[in-house]
Amino acid sequence: MSDTNSLLEARGIGKAFLGITALEGVDFTLERGEIHALLGENGAGKSTLIKILTGVYSRDHGTMRLDGAEVTPSSVAEAQGLGIGTVYQEVNLLENLTVAENLFLGRQPRRFGLIDRREMRRRSKALLERYGLDIDVDALLSSYSVAIRQLVAIARAVDLSGKVLVLDEPTASLDGHEVEMLFTVLRRLREEGLGIIIITHFLNQVYAVADRVTVLRNGRLVGTRKLAELPRLELISMMLGRELQHITREHQAQEETIASTAEAPIRFSGYGKRGSVAPFDLDIRPGEVVGVAGLLGSGRTETAFLLFGIDRADSGTATVDNQQVALSSPEAAIASGFGFCPEERKTDGIIGDFSVADNIALAVQARQGWAKPISSREKAALAENFIKSLDIRPADPNRQMKFLSGGNQQKAILARWLATEPRLLILDEPTRGIDIGAHAEILKMIEKLCAEGMSLVVISSELEELTAIAHRVIVLSDRKHIAELKGDRVTADNIMQAIAAPAHTEAA
Amino acid sequence: MIHTRNLPFVTTLGIFVIAYALCVLQFPNMLSTRVIGNLLTDNAFLGIAAVGMTFVILSGGIDLSIGSVIAFTSVFVAVLVGSLGIHPLVAFAAVLVVSTLFGSLMGAMIRYLGIPPFVVTLAGMFLARGAAYLISTESVPISHQMIDTIQGFYFRFPGGGRLTALALLMLLVFIVGAFIAGRTRFGANVYAIGGSQQSAELMGVPVGSTTVGIYALSGFLSGLAGIAYTLYTSSGYSLATVGVELDAIAAVVIGGTLLTGGVGLVAGTFIGILIQGLIQTYIVFDGTLSSWWTKIVIGILLFVFIVLQRGIIWYSNRRLAESRLKEI
Repeated sequence: MSDTNSLLEARGIGKAFLGITALEGVDFTLERGEIHALLGENGAGKSTLIKILTGVYSRDHGTMRLDGAEVTPSSVAEAQGLGIGTVYQEVNLLENLTVAENLFLGRQPRRFGLIDRREMRRRSKALLERYGLDIDVDALLSSYSVAIRQLVAIARAVDLSGKVLVLDEPTASLDGHEVEMLFTVLRRLREEGLGIIIITHFLNQVYAVADRVTVLRNGRLVGTRKLAELPRLELISMMLGRELQHITREHQAQEETIASTAEAPIRFSGYGKRGSVAPFDLDIRPGEVVGVAGLLGSGRTETAFLLFGIDRADSGTATVDNQQVALSSPEAAIASGFGFCPEERKTDGIIGDFSVADNIALAVQARQGWAKPISSREKAALAENFIKSLDIRPADPNRQMKFLSGGNQQKAILARWLATEPRLLILDEPTRGIDIGAHAEILKMIEKLCAEGMSLVVISSELEELTAIAHRVIVLSDRKHIAELKGDRVTADNIMQAIAAPAHTEAA
Repeated sequence: MIHTRNLPFVTTLGIFVIAYALCVLQFPNMLSTRVIGNLLTDNAFLGIAAVGMTFVILSGGIDLSIGSVIAFTSVFVAVLVGSLGIHPLVAFAAVLVVSTLFGSLMGAMIRYLGIPPFVVTLAGMFLARGAAYLISTESVPISHQMIDTIQGFYFRFPGGGRLTALALLMLLVFIVGAFIAGRTRFGANVYAIGGSQQSAELMGVPVGSTTVGIYALSGFLSGLAGIAYTLYTSSGYSLATVGVELDAIAAVVIGGTLLTGGVGLVAGTFIGILIQGLIQTYIVFDGTLSSWWTKIVIGILLFVFIVLQRGIIWYSNRRLAESRLKEI
């Protein structure tokens, strides 16, 4: 790897949003004729890095060199002009235009000042033929499948930029055959000397197509490695930030007692939804914390959505106290005594303009129906009670929710569900984006809740967190529940091994 | 095969042809060139304004100021020419500059201050109407040799119909408008912004200048429509053309342009104007119907078209889902 071969070189890239660091000191080098995978969990900083490289964000620190010359693209168009083209996963091309119009938007061939449609059609055909596509370029883009739209986007980006191609989750909605078609194109572009950056969370695909990988975690660089020399297990440990080592578990004794109690009151059997999560069995006993582990996109959040009735299952049954229940909506799930704190707290969880007291009272109000409003006295009592017991700060029930810190918002959401006295509480990434102090408090609270007999399902990408609090861990990969670890088998090592080798780790 | 993209236009065309045929069955005289010539002349100012509105709606916006700008323009021209004795051509040029600047200003506010078009152009509507009152609250008559010449000019059709200067101006605006929409980069950018402003921006479309350009064009055409209206009525009146923007929106939507933007044709708007004119003409021929029937029929047609548009979106989504299912 000589320096002369490097195409795009970023050094010490840093970026903060409103004082919160999103990226710090990240080095990234893309070489000519390589496919470079960029990996990391949610919030690792992948998309921030990509947006800096492609001119969407400006960087706060660091330098960026393209072909040895320092560049600072300040817009997508400028980055395109420099040679850096991007294909986004969803926001992509314009479905209301034809294929040809999409390919040549902003650079249409003209004759006498007017767009020369015939020439545009001819060039579009020629361009797409290089990608093995023989389609009607005058048809609307929306009449083609996602895979073909993806290829059209790539054709446009490469034709426009020609040095660096950035692909953000290009395979998320493609099937196996389409992925292979896409990879063939990528390999050909690599032969032509293009540098390709690909963001994906499918490890199989990373190994299938990429030459090198850069892993980010919590806004920092974990490392850049050649994939040929990097065992899968090591890659996963880089992503999850966990050294392979054996740790002993603390609450084995408690685990024994839970295992010995009889029938689980909440059972899901053969529960699943096509295209979301494969059917799984799950029993949840009182006072038990069930952890859910897996990489981004493995079906973690989808599992939570199924359990809480946000997505409707198309197979299997759910029983609560030996009675079958239909979890067809969150309302039905709440009626069965379930609660759910979503991952995207800001968008799915809180109502920022409401006061803390109103936010806490929301779920109780929903459960008793809108016809019977909670009196302001009751609401105040509820708020005061939880602000005290959860130590929400500032201890002002009338403060608007959006002015609270992340940790305190999370506590208020917890309070909302605790006020309904649920028997099962589902927490999706309960400690994401909150400071260390609040983090420890929330973990302590989880332990206290299950000591009181509440059942919890905790989804987390923090393995330390899971192994510290969970009695049992379900491991997901490729939208399947692939393993269940119990008792002293709940270790970070075992979880990573289960993720790495799906076929071999059916836990006993 | 008809692309789904052109389905609304083809439907409009079909409705117009059928409606016209039915009218002719009842009143054979409606087939005459005289009727067609009058229809074009009577709706010239509305047609010119509707071309501007087509661009605005194609980009996913709305312009409520059109009717007020027409009134302002007509009063402004009438006062300049009728009271101050300025040459009509100078007055026309001045008023077109003013209305174009007015439109650009609204476009700039929409783009750079991030205020929704509905709000900005509503403010523009009040502002232009107020300015018209300020100039004169009375109807200002206008007479000038050149204006008389323009009013007297026409081509004679076989059959006695007259293709007047106003009708010619409208047809010219439609033809140029269709070229701008279909054959220029500006036009392509308008469709792109209407499809998805975010995607358009990521694809390098100059969203800012295009947005300003769209509202400037609409302002310019409103000014031109105002001039046409002044020539049509030989006067300027600040209370005139209230609600014309809504007629223009109706013509655009009936012409098959999606209110959500990104899909539609300038030619469709022309058919939309013809349909509105046809209904008016029918009422005149019938003689017993109240002129409010025009509004009622337009209302029904709008409902039909909005439902039709929903249906097309639903249908194409379903077809897409089916084709994806097949691939899996």
